[in-house]
Amino acid sequence: MKRIEEKHPLAIRWFHWINFPVLAVMIWSGLLIYWANDIYHLNLGVASIHLFPNWFYHPGYHESTNKGHALWDLDYRLAEGMAWHFLFFWFFAVNGILYVSFLILSGQWREIVPSKDSIKQAVQVILHELHLRKSSPVQGKYNGAQRIAYFSIIVMGAGSLITGLAIYKPTQMAWLTSLLGGYEVARFLHFWITMGYVVFFVIHILQVVRAGWNNFRGMVTGYVLTDEEAPQQ
Amino acid sequence: MTADEKQKVRLISTGDDDAEKQMRRMSRKSFLQGAAGVAFIVGARHWIDTRRMRQELPWPLRRALQVNEEFWHDFASTGHLAPTFHPSAIGHARTNGDVGLDNPQDASTWRLKVTGLDTSNGGPDSMAFKLEDIKSLPAFTIITQFKCIEGWSYVMSWRGARLVDFMAKYSPAIKTDDNGDPLPPVRGVPAYPDFVAMSTPDKQYYVGLDMQSARHPQTLLCYEMNGRPLTQEHGAPLRLIIPVKYGVKNIKRIGHIHYTNRRPADYWAEQGYDWYAEL
Repeated sequence: MKRIEEKHPLAIRWFHWINFPVLAVMIWSGLLIYWANDIYHLNLGVASIHLFPNWFYHPGYHESTNKGHALWDLDYRLAEGMAWHFLFFWFFAVNGILYVSFLILSGQWREIVPSKDSIKQAVQVILHELHLRKSSPVQGKYNGAQRIAYFSIIVMGAGSLITGLAIYKPTQMAWLTSLLGGYEVARFLHFWITMGYVVFFVIHILQVVRAGWNNFRGMVTGYVLTDEEAPQQ
Repeated sequence: MTADEKQKVRLISTGDDDAEKQMRRMSRKSFLQGAAGVAFIVGARHWIDTRRMRQELPWPLRRALQVNEEFWHDFASTGHLAPTFHPSAIGHARTNGDVGLDNPQDASTWRLKVTGLDTSNGGPDSMAFKLEDIKSLPAFTIITQFKCIEGWSYVMSWRGARLVDFMAKYSPAIKTDDNGDPLPPVRGVPAYPDFVAMSTPDKQYYVGLDMQSARHPQTLLCYEMNGRPLTQEHGAPLRLIIPVKYGVKNIKRIGHIHYTNRRPADYWAEQGYDWYAEL
């Protein structure tokens, strides 16, 4: 017997889908800014990768035309990047604050904040997904791995705002900047939190694809179709 | 899910056909809304990108910078001191930016021209100063972090006279009321003009500053860097150090200071950067 179950409240869906383009603009404009002083490396022990190689900013660049692909053109645009960044951080901040407020006030935080079983459950989930374990653990709205991932992303969002303010206003908010270990440390953290979003995004998309249409549709419509028996009235 | 939790789940319908049909209807509606949302975002992006340019930025972005300026101005720059550091933190001096530095200056022949001075006591509107005049003011040394708008920073030591002391001794024109009478100081702050404009002797580089930042106690007319007289590439013989602003506002080799009530032109603001550039 099929029935329709509510999965994601309207507010959560709005926060989620507003955040997507806003964060995209923040990461894109952040790259325009980072280009002007791209000092970080990814150290993999044997190799150190410069973030980012020149081709990354301007793929398909030809000296003859002095142009690359128009859709992916990230160099020499620092001023423009700062202007977009300092407009859209307001939307990112307000959306994030409203989202967390909603989680708290609606009690939805109980679905996301990791519980004491979450780590154990997360290990079981990962083993199951790697086909090393037959049964998947029992779960509520989110399993342990999801709880840890989604809660981390909220903490990272707060981290982006805090480290961002620390490098945006290191005099007005000098107390915050020094609390984080200084201007350079705050900038370092701000960058790597963003890299964390990119990693999250890749895994998130893979998992959404794996979970299938019904689950994805749940984040759009708010409802999922289930095969379960209807509960006894 | 426990039976208890299941009870809480809102049921829309039961019955296979009905559920499928209803889900399809809801999906259609939601995905149409989603498509409208995507169209809105693409349209908004295009709209911003195609607006009239205001100093190399589409006006919505320029306006956003100005709104940010108003917002942060309320956190009064004069009320916050930039952090200072121990001498051991001093790093090497990176040289960046050479606009306006084409002609090396000899400190003995260089003059600082100042215009927009207070003439109410019969003084001149314009004066020329030697480096000794600046050095005769109380000298301050600060060790602050110089932050470039590109994202790098170095801790440096600077020595010079405070701009606020310079203005106290050689007063800018005091703003007047409708009758032409000078406005009284407000909480000890003289009614100076709203802005300070500074430019290199050849006028190739120029910055505009709000008076509040110009009066900040760490804003220096600086003649020494890391214990040595300024070198030519760092703006000899006199440069501005204003730790509450990005490096772009720390103009090297000042040739002219002008007090004005009109927001002055700014070299990098004209290239699309924030005029305020406050840290």
